[in-house]
Amino acid sequence: MLDSIQQIPLNYYILLSTVLFSIGVLGVLLRRNAIIIFMCIELMLNAVNLLLVAFSAYSQNSAGQTFVFFVMIIAAAEVAVGLAILVMVYRNVHSVDIEKLQNLKW
Amino acid sequence: MVQYTFYFLSLIAIISAFLVVFSKSPVHSVLYLVTCFFAIAGHFLLLNAQFLAVVHIIVYGGAIMVLFLFVVMMLNLNKESDNQKSSYIKLAAIVASGILLLTIVASIKSFEIGDQMVNPLKGQGSVQSIGKELFSTFLLPFEISSILLFAAIVGTVMLAKKELD
Repeated sequence: MLDSIQQIPLNYYILLSTVLFSIGVLGVLLRRNAIIIFMCIELMLNAVNLLLVAFSAYSQNSAGQTFVFFVMIIAAAEVAVGLAILVMVYRNVHSVDIEKLQNLKW
Repeated sequence: MVQYTFYFLSLIAIISAFLVVFSKSPVHSVLYLVTCFFAIAGHFLLLNAQFLAVVHIIVYGGAIMVLFLFVVMMLNLNKESDNQKSSYIKLAAIVASGILLLTIVASIKSFEIGDQMVNPLKGQGSVQSIGKELFSTFLLPFEISSILLFAAIVGTVMLAKKELD
């Protein structure tokens, strides 16, 4: 297996994670449901994770994979707190539509 | 063989990522998101990062998926979203993300080392090497991240409590 990994150029991984990141950006800009916006943020984090692992494999350095580990920790904490905030918002506004959350709008 | 696996996993990841954005019901979005995460875990395996692949499946396929599904079902959001954004905003969103994609792809073109192959070391992504890195070079961030997780737990409990007194 190890010999055959060399068949894939680094460019392909960069391209794949760029496409995934752009789809995440598209979702954040396009959708109004706050939960789906959260999911798209997760998608972007995962695209960056994939890129970090690809560069770590390219440069033969384990530090990149450790970074991915930390990104996963941050993502888990972010999702827990964010979803708690969403539950509280839903309790007060009875909707998670971001168009209706405009109390702070000037 | 590995190349075909790469193409197959990439196809699954990109299609399910699109379906996350464009599916009507949030529950379907969560399930497509998990499909995308599994494809990315397959990519990690392909890149010889076994530890990260397993952690990825446990954290994302287990914890985060359950959290999302729990919130979606608790808030009873499994109905079609009633009114969409106006078509101008939709068009602006598609154009903006397309421009982002175009910019990054164009900058990859001038990337010199991009044509070289990824070539992970043997045993690079094993628990042993990651653990060695984590408990020597990155010991302080590792400990700080435990504090971060604790703060997240406390913050979540405080937020989700009904009355603060």
